[in-house]
Amino acid sequence: MIQFSNVSKRYPGGYEALSNVSFHMEKGAMAFLTGHSGAGKSTLLKLVALIEYASRGQIMVDGENVTRISRRRIPYIRRKIGFIFQDHHLLFDRSVFDNVALPLIIAGYRHQDIGRRVRAALDKLGLLSKERLSPITLSGGEQQRVGIARAVVNKPMLLLADEPTGNLDPDLSREIMSLFSLFNDVGVSVLIASHDIPLIESLDYPVLSLEEGRLAHPEAGAA
Amino acid sequence: MIRQRNTRQRPRHGWQGRLQSMLSPRIFLRRHLQVAFDSLGRLYRNRVSSLMTAAVIAIALALPAGLFLLLDNLDRLSGSWDGQASMSVFLKQDITDTQAGALLKQVSEWPEVGAVELVTPAQALEEFSQQSGFADVLGALEDNPLPYVLIVIPASTQLDPVAASALQARFTDLPETELAQLDLQWVQRLAAILDIAQRIILIIGVLLALAVMLVIGNTIRLEIQNRRDEIVVTKLIGATNSFVRQPFLYSGFWYGALGALIAWAVVEGGFWLLAEPVARLAGLYHSDFSLETLPLQLLLVLLLGGILLGLLGSWLAVGRHLDAIEPT
Repeated sequence: MIQFSNVSKRYPGGYEALSNVSFHMEKGAMAFLTGHSGAGKSTLLKLVALIEYASRGQIMVDGENVTRISRRRIPYIRRKIGFIFQDHHLLFDRSVFDNVALPLIIAGYRHQDIGRRVRAALDKLGLLSKERLSPITLSGGEQQRVGIARAVVNKPMLLLADEPTGNLDPDLSREIMSLFSLFNDVGVSVLIASHDIPLIESLDYPVLSLEEGRLAHPEAGAA
Repeated sequence: MIRQRNTRQRPRHGWQGRLQSMLSPRIFLRRHLQVAFDSLGRLYRNRVSSLMTAAVIAIALALPAGLFLLLDNLDRLSGSWDGQASMSVFLKQDITDTQAGALLKQVSEWPEVGAVELVTPAQALEEFSQQSGFADVLGALEDNPLPYVLIVIPASTQLDPVAASALQARFTDLPETELAQLDLQWVQRLAAILDIAQRIILIIGVLLALAVMLVIGNTIRLEIQNRRDEIVVTKLIGATNSFVRQPFLYSGFWYGALGALIAWAVVEGGFWLLAEPVARLAGLYHSDFSLETLPLQLLLVLLLGGILLGLLGSWLAVGRHLDAIEPT
């Protein structure tokens, strides 16, 4: 699903966020990405979602080489990916329903399909009763779940999550992680960046560990 | 619930998907209608500021439109004259019908004469009584005091003053002529003045059109800035640039259309206010002249112009500012 070959990312100014990273995550796999803050976790996810571009190396997403992709093609790659952000990136000027419906509207789904799919996703995340509320009235955990609903509503092949449990208490974090496991069970590839080591260790998934921009355990890269 | 694959309902990615949605007029139309009304709804939610922007646009549109219409009416006032200088040659009172006919034949062969028409005293009296409003007074006359008149239209359409004077002199020298009068010199001068006025209005119009574009462009730029988060999020979840662009283009469209509607009301209202004093003035000249605005054509032209300028302005703003907003 994701394949990195000798990928480096150097930011303007010379800071190298990723150095010579290679790994391969297969379709349908689930893995964690750990490391201290500043180790390059977010950069790696941004490279996959085409928010940043590699300085060197090759990146394949779903069998497509995205290293030198045209700008026009980017939106269509991103539609295959559900991205979950630490700070949710929800739009507070519209309801929970409209937030979750956004990817479907962008992809041009029919009105009836949108309603059905949004409610299915909200139901899955236990937010059906809150569909008319503004996200700003929800708790942090609920907002995160709205973000997850939005990421999964168009049934992406790949879920990327950047510190999805960063602001949540342990119980909620565990609940969110079990949700990801559920998505993985139905075939979605999942890559989660997190520094919550105890939580990660309690779950039985491969771990990619970044240290100052390098993969610490390359053998784990066979995830 | 979230199944990995459901290819039947999943819209195809990439150019196939684009092509498919472009080729399906229903999807295309529905999407556009939806975006159009979303944009309109957004304007309505910020109705005070939207209205102020639309009012600025309206004033900028109404000014050249109103001036142009005014000019058009002036042009129509002088339009009974067909754009050529003509000369009235009044023959002496004792000229008979035969003599006048012979003279008509003679001068019509002059090279500098394009056309010539003989107006008999009876015709002249009829026309005069119709136009002047003195029908009653004229009816009281026992004899027709009017002479034969030759209406001469010079051969060259744009008669310069020297040639006109020469022609006038040639007619004056004829023994039958009482008076040769170059008509409507004032019309020529008026036409020249109107030409200048038209140019000035054109310049004002172009400048104000530019102003409309800038106003709309700036409004859209602010809107883009206000909705920066939304643009970033939609781009992050796979929105194409054209998807992001559309609502702003529709905002420009609505601003232009709304401005045009208000401009139309302003112009029509202005002319309505002018109608009465103009009618009174025309009455003093025994004319049934009245201002004409052709409301429907005016509305169409204003709408077309306003929408075009709105789209152009927003397109410029979107082109400059939207593509620069990328998620980081």
